[in-house]
Amino acid sequence: MIEFILRRTGAAVITLFLASIAVFLGVRALPGDPATVLAGESPTPQVVAAIRKQFGLDQPLPVQYLHYMGQALQGNLGSSTQDKAPVTQVLGERLPVTLELTFLAILVGVLVGVLAGIVSAVRRGTALDYAANGFGLFGLSVPHFWLGLLGIVVFSVHWHILPASGFVGLADDPVGNLERMVMPVLVLGLGLAAVVMRQTRSSLLSQLGADYVRTARSKGLSRGQQIRHALRNSLTTVTTVVGLQLAGLISGAVITEQIFVIPGFGKLIVDGVSSRNYPVIQGAVLVTVAGYVVINLLVDVAYAYLDPRLRMAGGSQ
Amino acid sequence: MNETAVDETGLAAGQAAGAEAAALGTGWRRSLHRLLGRRMAVIGAVMVVVFLGVALIGPYVAGSSTRLGLTDILAGPSGAHWLGTDDLGRDVVARICNGARVSLLAGVVSSALAMAVGVPVGLAAGYFRGWTDSVLMRINDVVLSFPYLIFAVGMAAILGPSLHNVIIALAVAEVPSVIRVVRGETLVLRQQDFVQAAVADGTRDLAIMWRSILPNMTNTLIVKATVAVPAGILGEAALSFLGLGVQPPQASWGVMLTSAQQFLAQDPLLAVFPGVAIALTTLGFNLLGDGLRDVLDPREL
Repeated sequence: MIEFILRRTGAAVITLFLASIAVFLGVRALPGDPATVLAGESPTPQVVAAIRKQFGLDQPLPVQYLHYMGQALQGNLGSSTQDKAPVTQVLGERLPVTLELTFLAILVGVLVGVLAGIVSAVRRGTALDYAANGFGLFGLSVPHFWLGLLGIVVFSVHWHILPASGFVGLADDPVGNLERMVMPVLVLGLGLAAVVMRQTRSSLLSQLGADYVRTARSKGLSRGQQIRHALRNSLTTVTTVVGLQLAGLISGAVITEQIFVIPGFGKLIVDGVSSRNYPVIQGAVLVTVAGYVVINLLVDVAYAYLDPRLRMAGGSQ
Repeated sequence: MNETAVDETGLAAGQAAGAEAAALGTGWRRSLHRLLGRRMAVIGAVMVVVFLGVALIGPYVAGSSTRLGLTDILAGPSGAHWLGTDDLGRDVVARICNGARVSLLAGVVSSALAMAVGVPVGLAAGYFRGWTDSVLMRINDVVLSFPYLIFAVGMAAILGPSLHNVIIALAVAEVPSVIRVVRGETLVLRQQDFVQAAVADGTRDLAIMWRSILPNMTNTLIVKATVAVPAGILGEAALSFLGLGVQPPQASWGVMLTSAQQFLAQDPLLAVFPGVAIALTTLGFNLLGDGLRDVLDPREL
């Protein structure tokens, strides 16, 4: 197990290293010279050159990269070009918002998806199964940003029961916060619920048909006990699917934040691109990618813990 | 003695090839027959055909999608405009038809690009294993760790917003999963006797991959495509909605939703039609894909 964890961690570190180079080069490829942006309106060439020197922009790219990463590892991601605030501070303000949104969406998605998947597999061929399948197909096919728009029309414009947009901190006003989070969370969670439901259903059905369940049945175990056995084995694949869905969820969060005007990471990145706030984009993308890699590492380790076959076979992976 | 042996093997090989071709023929026919027996899959196929018809023929029939109508602004459905007009008096039907064409283009081209890159890379990783596999998979992990939307935002910032860049971003987003599936299939097929025999025979690696491995994952690739195309359609709509793709006045379902967003209170129908179009199209592909998956039964996906 320890060997497996070390090997997966090694792979994750390499992924992060390569990803950080990609982000660094990507941000350098953005149009516009950051030094010119920093120098403000109508800068003289001398000022631009001075800023270039001050921020090390006159150094070769590899040196700039090493400098940036050295600082980043010490918790310094530079400062925002807009208000000169440290990027880490900007990210620190926005991160809890996106974390709350995605965490609640995952919670809703997994709870609804797993429950619907179990019901649909156990009651296969019944009306409940058809309903759950219909829900799965619906959630998979409907663009969630469109549902968000319809939600605003129905619940905010017509019925006035939920606010259309905006955000208040969870600590400042818990009720107001949750009120504003209901629609974004449901919109974002629905797609995940659909994927999780379909995965739970298919893996539970295949487990219920497996030999060990037949043996359990012949030993006289109740239906509930059989399902419990099969469920444990099917949930391992569901865990992986949730991990893989995370990147999609982050993309979904970007759009959801735009529709409901939520000041999270996604909005920060989109706004950062239009205002050419490169240090902020770089920091935000780096943190997002790192979060994705680390969570998937944790998912893999959890998976290996739940399914010993995987860590044994890990060498050939 | 030698000659007869050669003849015999030649004959045997010929017979085997013939039998294989026949089996392939009946296999396809049987699959199609089984697919037609599934009501939901047939409904899905019909929806996909309707979408293709609208995308290919619609724009010619429905007229200009950008012609302004100064007298009919935000008009409801009528005889002249079946689904009404938008905030600039443009016919919604015409814009939906044009949007269908954009969606088709985005879905098909991004999937094709993803396959063009993902299939060879997945084949190489699964076939050669070892270092090739490790290096390719690490790169794959890196691509996978970028949420496609952030990538698309970056592309739009560097190269400017356009349908081209959206398609490239969507293709890049799709590549890792194609590689994953193809690699998995290749790893399994690599162990099969007929591949081992070809290796022992001294057949060149490329020839083995092309002739022995690739044809055996056709089913998987077909099913993968029915998943990738609607993903591309949804992705294009999302990116155009954010203003990163097709630019107004050109119509795309995402662009239509962006402009409808400003008139949610006055004319909510404007936001309904493009969304229904997206949902029905992806639903059609998903129903067809589910049917194909059951019938063709690929190992993964």
